[in-house]
Amino acid sequence: MDMITIPAVNLTPILPEIILSVLAMALLLINVFVQSSKKTYLSYISFIGVVGTAVLVGSGWGTHIESFSGAVVQDNFATFFKMIFLLAAGLAILIADQYMEREDCNHGELYPLILFTVVGMMLMAAGTDLMTIFLGLEVMSVSLYVLAGFNRANTKSNEAGLKYFLLGAFSTGFLLYGMALTYGATGSTRISVIATQAGQMGMSSGNILFLAGMLLILTGFCFKIAVVPFHMWTPDVYEGAPTPMTAFMSAGPKAAGFAAALRLLLIAFPTLQADWSQLLWVLAVLTMTVGNITALRQDNIKRILAYSSIAHAGYALVGMAAGNSTGTAGILFYMLSYTFMNIGAFAVIILVGKKGESNGNVQDFAGLGFKHPMLAVAMTIFLFSLSGMPPTAGFIGKFYLFSGAIQKGYIWLAVIGVLNSAASVYYYLRVMVYMYMKDPTEDFAWTKVSAPIALCLVLSVAGTMVLGIVPSIILQYAQEAIKLI
Amino acid sequence: MLGAYLPILLLVIVAIAFGLVSLTFSSLIGPKKKSALKLSPYESGCEPVGTARDRFSIKFYLIAMLFILFDIEAVFLYPWAILYKKLGVFGLVEMGLFIVILFVGYIYVWKKGALEWE
Repeated sequence: MDMITIPAVNLTPILPEIILSVLAMALLLINVFVQSSKKTYLSYISFIGVVGTAVLVGSGWGTHIESFSGAVVQDNFATFFKMIFLLAAGLAILIADQYMEREDCNHGELYPLILFTVVGMMLMAAGTDLMTIFLGLEVMSVSLYVLAGFNRANTKSNEAGLKYFLLGAFSTGFLLYGMALTYGATGSTRISVIATQAGQMGMSSGNILFLAGMLLILTGFCFKIAVVPFHMWTPDVYEGAPTPMTAFMSAGPKAAGFAAALRLLLIAFPTLQADWSQLLWVLAVLTMTVGNITALRQDNIKRILAYSSIAHAGYALVGMAAGNSTGTAGILFYMLSYTFMNIGAFAVIILVGKKGESNGNVQDFAGLGFKHPMLAVAMTIFLFSLSGMPPTAGFIGKFYLFSGAIQKGYIWLAVIGVLNSAASVYYYLRVMVYMYMKDPTEDFAWTKVSAPIALCLVLSVAGTMVLGIVPSIILQYAQEAIKLI
Repeated sequence: MLGAYLPILLLVIVAIAFGLVSLTFSSLIGPKKKSALKLSPYESGCEPVGTARDRFSIKFYLIAMLFILFDIEAVFLYPWAILYKKLGVFGLVEMGLFIVILFVGYIYVWKKGALEWE
């Protein structure tokens, strides 16, 4: 009887994923066995778990370990993105409990679902095989569909969940079809093998099968990172989903989409760079412009930030279109900055909002600067950063993205980006005008800053400011991370 | 060569005979109490004639979903069972982990009360 030889398995690269999965399953069981209507303890346990995992992930910096016959890798690129995911999850967990308590949907399943989402995102960033990336994307997406529709009693949340599920499933079809075509053209799902096959056989845009595979894969990712014209689900889903989950969704999964797309485009499809670079040029312009212009006409603050999130995906696409080290390092830096400033802004929205997802219009921020000066200052910092004003993280991020484009010779792309950035100042400033220049119509007595939200705000403000004033401490890591690509 | 199929032929004959014999005898000696419901065509417990857009309980949906989940578990067990000896301890441990993970889901579903009909 011959034994089947099992290839050597090194669990080190997926140890963070294993820990979070086990923790998530344990939390599921704890949730059903402990009879308690308060779920705060679950948020504490999961927060500690996320912090612990971040320490473990961080200790793997500088190593390069492949495992599962090269289907998963632990390198600086994956480590950098994993830290972003853990940061997004940690901040989202901090702001979740108070909101969920207020909206009467404090079900304990929230925290395991967040952790499972993180596991999926981590696999996307660490996957070096189309199948691993797809698996990660599915784990992430399925958890997110549930999180979007988590507020079961709220019809808007239900709508968000259903819409996200239908369009997400549809886009997954595109992605999978593209992967199948790429496999057909190159005979492998392993990213490195695809690259060598394409190089040896001289596959470029002349090979329709290969080109179509790349385009369909790109389409799939464009859905996930909400690139125009695949953005239609974003405003409705972001508005309907529970606010902490909107914050999480706009930061983590977007970064995960960029991580997987970057790895694929730069490692598997360098022979098609001329094609995808031009394509991304157009998509970046469309995404920035449509996102910013539509945001000008919105009143609901969650919708404003949803359109702003589309525009920000456009800014990041500028760096991807450039495809050089400045641009791609800029994406890594920008995703980290965006996590801080966006989740921070959503934390303030949670505090200003009232039960039943009400009080979420720009007008409802009137006079916040007089009633809650600290909160208004924090919001101002986040909005300045989102609009790209120095000395905040948003400015430095955009600076690197646009200089990447200029180095590549895409002067017009950078010009359009800067113009867009200027247009976006209008709707960010509008919130500030209401906060500081209008008389308060309400007393904001319901706004109670609990300790976890305070911690989230402090971390977000600190992150936004530190990344803006001394960007080099993080930027050198970002440049280190993209060297392997 | 054809002799190898003899057991199957025997099985077919026994199966047909069993069906014929039991049907014949039950119709000959079984008690008969005819009623409208009993004489109506069998339609898996539903009304055989009526609107096709009938509504049925949402509980079926949950049960069907859980059934598929744990049904797939069994599907994965078969290939492992065939290669059980070749995979050795490694396969046993991996399959154990797989079942433990599904078992966590089972406990969760049970405690949540999803298996209770009322």
